Amino acid sequence: MSEQNNKQASRILVIGGGFSGLTTAVDAAETGAEVIVVERNPYLGGRVAQLNKYFPKLCPPICGLEINFRRIKTNPSISFYTMAEVDNITGGPGDYSVTVKLNPRYVNDNCVACNACAEACPAERPNEYNFGMDTTKAAYLPFTQAFPQKYVIDSAHCKGDCGKACQTACKYDAIDLGMKAGTITVKVDSVVVATGWNPYDANKLDILGFGKVKNVITNMMMERLASPAGPTAGKLVRPSDGKPVQTVAFVQCAGSRDENHLPFCSYICCLASLKQATYIREQNPESKVRIFYIDIRTPGRYEKFYWKVKDDPNVTLTKGKVASVVQAEGSDDVVVIAEDMMTGDKVKVKVDMVVLATGMEPAGAAKKLSGVDYNENGFALSGTGVFATGCSKNPMDVAKSGQDATGAVMRAIQTGQRR
Amino acid sequence: MDKNLGLYICTGCSIGEAIDIEKLGNISKNALKVPVVKSHFALCGKEGVALIKNDIKSEGVNTVIIAACSSRVKYKEFDFPGCIVERVPVRELAVWSQEPEQAQLAAEDYVKMGVIKAQKGDIPEPYITETVKTILVIGGGVAGMTSALQAANAGYQVVLVEKEAQLGGFVNKLYKKVPTAPGEYSAPLIVDTDIDKMVKEVGSNRNIKVFKSAKVEKTDGQPGAYDVTISSNGNSEVVKIGAVVLAAGWRPYDAAKLEHLGYGKSRDVVTNIEFEELARKGKITRPSDGKEAKKVAFIQCAGQRDPNHLPYCSAMCCVTSLKQAQYVRQNPDATAMILYKDIRTPGKLEYYYKAAQDDPGVMLTKGEVTGVSDAGNGNLFVEMENSLFGEKVKVEADLVVLATGVVPATVDDPILNLQYRQGPGLPDLDLFDGFADSNFICFQYETRRTGVYAAGCVRQPMNMAEAQEDAAGAALKAIQAAEHVAKGIAVHPRAWDTTYPDAFMQRCTSCKRCTEECPFGAIDEDEKGTPFYKPGRCRRCATCMGACPERIVSFKDYHVDMIGSMMKNVSVPSEDDQPRIIVLACENDSYPAIDTAAMKHAKFDPAVRFIQLRCLGSTNLVWLADALSRGVDGMLLLGCKYGENYQCHFAKGSELANYRLGKVQETLNRLQLESERVGMIQLAIDEYDKIPTIINDFVARVKEIGPNPFKGF
Ligand SMILES: Cc1cc2nc3c(=O)[nH]c(=O)nc-3n(C[C@H](O)[C@H](O)[C@H](O)COP(=O)(O)OP(=O)(O)OC[C@H]3O[C@@H](n4cnc5c(N)ncnc54)[C@H](O)[C@@H]3O)c2cc1C
Ligand code: SF4
Repeated sequence: MSEQNNKQASRILVIGGGFSGLTTAVDAAETGAEVIVVERNPYLGGRVAQLNKYFPKLCPPICGLEINFRRIKTNPSISFYTMAEVDNITGGPGDYSVTVKLNPRYVNDNCVACNACAEACPAERPNEYNFGMDTTKAAYLPFTQAFPQKYVIDSAHCKGDCGKACQTACKYDAIDLGMKAGTITVKVDSVVVATGWNPYDANKLDILGFGKVKNVITNMMMERLASPAGPTAGKLVRPSDGKPVQTVAFVQCAGSRDENHLPFCSYICCLASLKQATYIREQNPESKVRIFYIDIRTPGRYEKFYWKVKDDPNVTLTKGKVASVVQAEGSDDVVVIAEDMMTGDKVKVKVDMVVLATGMEPAGAAKKLSGVDYNENGFALSGTGVFATGCSKNPMDVAKSGQDATGAVMRAIQTGQRR
Repeated sequence: MDKNLGLYICTGCSIGEAIDIEKLGNISKNALKVPVVKSHFALCGKEGVALIKNDIKSEGVNTVIIAACSSRVKYKEFDFPGCIVERVPVRELAVWSQEPEQAQLAAEDYVKMGVIKAQKGDIPEPYITETVKTILVIGGGVAGMTSALQAANAGYQVVLVEKEAQLGGFVNKLYKKVPTAPGEYSAPLIVDTDIDKMVKEVGSNRNIKVFKSAKVEKTDGQPGAYDVTISSNGNSEVVKIGAVVLAAGWRPYDAAKLEHLGYGKSRDVVTNIEFEELARKGKITRPSDGKEAKKVAFIQCAGQRDPNHLPYCSAMCCVTSLKQAQYVRQNPDATAMILYKDIRTPGKLEYYYKAAQDDPGVMLTKGEVTGVSDAGNGNLFVEMENSLFGEKVKVEADLVVLATGVVPATVDDPILNLQYRQGPGLPDLDLFDGFADSNFICFQYETRRTGVYAAGCVRQPMNMAEAQEDAAGAALKAIQAAEHVAKGIAVHPRAWDTTYPDAFMQRCTSCKRCTEECPFGAIDEDEKGTPFYKPGRCRRCATCMGACPERIVSFKDYHVDMIGSMMKNVSVPSEDDQPRIIVLACENDSYPAIDTAAMKHAKFDPAVRFIQLRCLGSTNLVWLADALSRGVDGMLLLGCKYGENYQCHFAKGSELANYRLGKVQETLNRLQLESERVGMIQLAIDEYDKIPTIINDFVARVKEIGPNPFKGF
């Protein structure tokens, strides 16, 4: 094995610091590689940082993130950049040159996360972490357990007419409103694309009422609503009037498995809706949940989770495609009209709130990285030297994302070096 | 090492306003004998860090105690290689989460504890022995061969053990496969398996040594230094192994148990595996009369998703039937009918479903198959209920294929034959229906046997493409484990840790609690029944340290005396109405939750003092007994959820802590103390908002019991 020991450490660039990217980084570094993670958000963790609980254990996502963060903190072979985006990848296996754009955070490493800037800041911004269901100050911490624990200033919402209130309030010289975007170039042997997914834009789902009918939300909004750190501190109330929800309908395959939208199955939305049914049922014993689906997809041992939810008499599953979602007359309630495929009957139900189980669209649908190949739906494809992992390459859950990322590391470390 | 202590107190983040820094400094200098004590307004800033670095260089400070913020932040700033660094979270625990009048005493207690911890700790030295990095792959199917090739191509020696006389596993039986290339599934929908190519590649790889018709008789030793006895064709051989990939695969569910679906009653009811064999012959003919099959019905979930048979979904059979429908359709006059509960083609497999379904000769119908009966004309009826065709229908077919499911090889065979005191196989398999799976969503390759990583259908039901991805991951984990043990570093989750359990064996009474409780089976017993460690198996949770009644187990930077001494230095107010409660918190989840609550400026009752533990499993009962006999009024343990969906990173730690608490009763009785003074609460990392209430409730409970009679002794 001596040839192994003499080899220089393999250098890997990981694009995306979500669950897949973090697993890639940690597993690669713990196998001796030098890793650089580039993350667009001001924090690491990706979409799972927005989830309340994981199916089927109903455990908090931050638990696994915390241990991965600790590994990053204690491993000198991992460096990461937040608010960073890959501009361009050139070269080939064993000799890539990647330019990375570093966007200004306007807060430097002196930040101690004392919150003084946010207290002083007069400007507000819609909180995209909570899908716009609340606001933060323009100087903000992305969320309570964000890593790194460092504030950000949103220049788009900073009014600049407050006389630099944040800068004055900060005792640690942490605010630098003149910070400029920069570019760095890194040299690596291989690249792992872990850019993940975005929720499919529910506004495109005409018949399902999102954006037009009150109290129609997406499943990701539901995650935030249920989260103790969410806009309602975890209380499941409907957006229009704050009424605690009693009856909720879920519309599965909202955009997924549909040639006009996403022709693939998003894998996780059946499980996500079953999970969210437990959020509702746990919070209100009287509540009722109705799920409209085409197929319930709970592969492998997830089947038991399906049974657990299905066995709840207050949860009804109906095989049928939803034809329309409209506002109930004279109230903020929502009416779902669907066809029950087993009986052929038309079903009409009135509920307090509707959750659209919108799918996961790969990041490549919105933005393609030069130097990476994609399929027609924007899924990244692996080549030699460039490896796609996680939801950027196929819709998958966290378990599979982690497993897949570890597999990507196995391939990446074999990429020969041409240094 | 000769320690030269330096205490650095930060006065920023309101610490300076809430605390009398001079007083704190003097206590440290006088009572704790810390020679260098300094403070700075922003210790984490450039100037503050330079101050410390300068002392390290010119004053010889080598043990740095930072009384500032939590170790979860500013980790880069306060990293001083070669020094012991102890972080005292004065900001979070004494200032932000306490009312101003309580801050001083809290800060003094925490600083005292930090200094003592630094005094009692040592720089870890890794435990290094002779190791090998050879990877053993058990199972020569597509998963095992992939693992072997991946590891071999990365430069590692591989030993591949296959039970059968040839490599290839189940794929050998297949006629064709679903295209596995980037998963785009354009035509053709069936392609050659090309398994021979892979077998050849394995055979010609000089880093891979293959044992066929072979079995692992014994796996002795530990990661990095396993002695694996492989028997093959009557010979047996001991091979030195670094880490193991378990890819022993699966077998189909026993169709004989599916009599209600006609299996065994009619020869024209076959399993999907048997159907592959039929298809390989060219024309698909019926076993009963050799007539060409023209109307083939596929019954999905033949045993799967059924509490009486397999309580799980086999994940691959929907696609398999879609593929096999293509076999049928090679004859344009033949039709295939797939009878399903749900079609499960998650992710990009949906493309395949769409493409396969496009063919009018392939029909799909949802329904519940209740039985298969003789149609009288040589054909069969498949009887269905609740189908899309109506309440009760019969579908005629000339051949019925049962899409039977996956049973993991580990369901009734330990395979590894580990020579561990705790048994030959992987523990906990019953939690996973016999699969060698992980309980951790975030850490898919974790088993409770360090250095053993499962891949393919022995881990979870999965298709061939997925098994190959999985196999690459398992190979990486095996390599990682071999590399880590070679350097004396722990693997998941403490993948930074170079300490190891060091037991003072002269005082061991062979009570064997450690050998029973270690979640990872790291401790065996010799012939005389005396425990001894296999450090390569150890994950450094310190469960053994907690279990040992003789308190002989210690780590360089973590031991019973260290935590005990810290606790002894916590102030115990003499006033009866001011209880003192010590909270022992797991550093993985509970402590970050406490930290988060403090970051949000939640206020904790002034009675509490927090101490972080590696895992609650390391809780030694002597701490509780000592603290209570010193007058501490209550002890609260905060740790991860346990039970079926346990969240403890060390699998059993919090559960064992709870179990030990059950036994503490005795000690308390002896001291004539109420057992309610001791409690344990399961807390998840996101439950930070609950902590003030949890603490208030516990304080109220202790107050109700009244002050500890040992107060003031
Ligand atoms: C409603 C809902 C509920 C879910 N619940 C569960 C559940 O309970 N359990 C479960 O297992 N799974 C669940 N999932 C699925 C889970 O969210 C995904 O499996 C997971 O997010 C995949 O991680 P990823 O790293 O591949 O992608 P992401 O989480 O999307 O991470 C990708 C990261 O890359 C960054 N990035 C993107 N483009 C760039 C770029 N160009 N440059 C730099 N950075 C970039 C992004 O900012 C992001 O941080 C759920 C999904 C939904 C929709
Ligand atoms: S997982 Fe379920 S809801 Fe989501 S796209 Fe697939 S079938 Fe539809």
